[in-house]
Amino acid sequence: MELHETCHDGIRTVTVPEARIDAAAALRFKDAMRAVTADGPDHVILDLSQVNFVDSSGLGAIIAAMKQMGAGRRLDLAGLTPDVAKVFRLTRMDTVFVIHDRADGAVRRDAG
Amino acid sequence: MTGPMARCAVTRAERRGTAPDGREPPAPAAARPRMSPEFHLHATATDMSVRDLLSGMRTRLRARGLPEALCGTVEIVLAEALNNIVEHAYADGKAGGIGLHAVLGPAGLTCTLSDRGTALTAPGLPAGRLPDIGAEPGALPEGGFGWFLIRSLTREVRYHRDGGISRLTLCFDLPGPDGAGG
Repeated sequence: MELHETCHDGIRTVTVPEARIDAAAALRFKDAMRAVTADGPDHVILDLSQVNFVDSSGLGAIIAAMKQMGAGRRLDLAGLTPDVAKVFRLTRMDTVFVIHDRADGAVRRDAG
Repeated sequence: MTGPMARCAVTRAERRGTAPDGREPPAPAAARPRMSPEFHLHATATDMSVRDLLSGMRTRLRARGLPEALCGTVEIVLAEALNNIVEHAYADGKAGGIGLHAVLGPAGLTCTLSDRGTALTAPGLPAGRLPDIGAEPGALPEGGFGWFLIRSLTREVRYHRDGGISRLTLCFDLPGPDGAGG
């Protein structure tokens, strides 16, 4: 999976340019996240605004992406669409991740 | 029985009238029967085929006037149940068939998934408890959410194995008496 990334003010924003992180995509997503977060800023924001569906495989891959970044680093989420937000809310993962409405707003606020 | 019989009568009348090639002419919009509250979809047990089935299901639920939030709920539950069939029932890698039969009625939406894979062996369906997420971030579970999501978002789940076929029935409440209008 190809992920888009930008870096501003010491925060890396990673955008998922696909509509689904599901069983068919979870492993590719996790591998791509490992590559894109292997070095660089400790604070990463995952922009999910183009993703309209995440199943439990995709949820597991996002959790794995956070864990594989290692201790002392931070993965926030941004731009959750309604079905994705529902999965995070039900599984209480919305209490584990910091979730921003929009990725650009998160960068401005956290960097300011 | 009234619905299908009425439809047959219309078809016969039309065939008598204007179908020189023997094919059934399309009914005028006003005479078209209401969109069937019951439909059937099919997939093979691969991740990509499951995607296609879920997309087809969502299109049909939308066309029948289900609100987006409920379409999402149904898609989340079906995705989990279908992934289980691909990963466990057909764990031998054989891309067997999966059927989805959906019935939209006043009591709600009922979806039945059928497969010819390995039967569920545990006595009773998984309870679907939420995995413990109180641990350190480094120890968070990366799986075990599937049955929790299925249980959380359905009114009732039933499983039946008969003649080599597993049938998993998933029942959803509709938001109101007119919620399925369409």
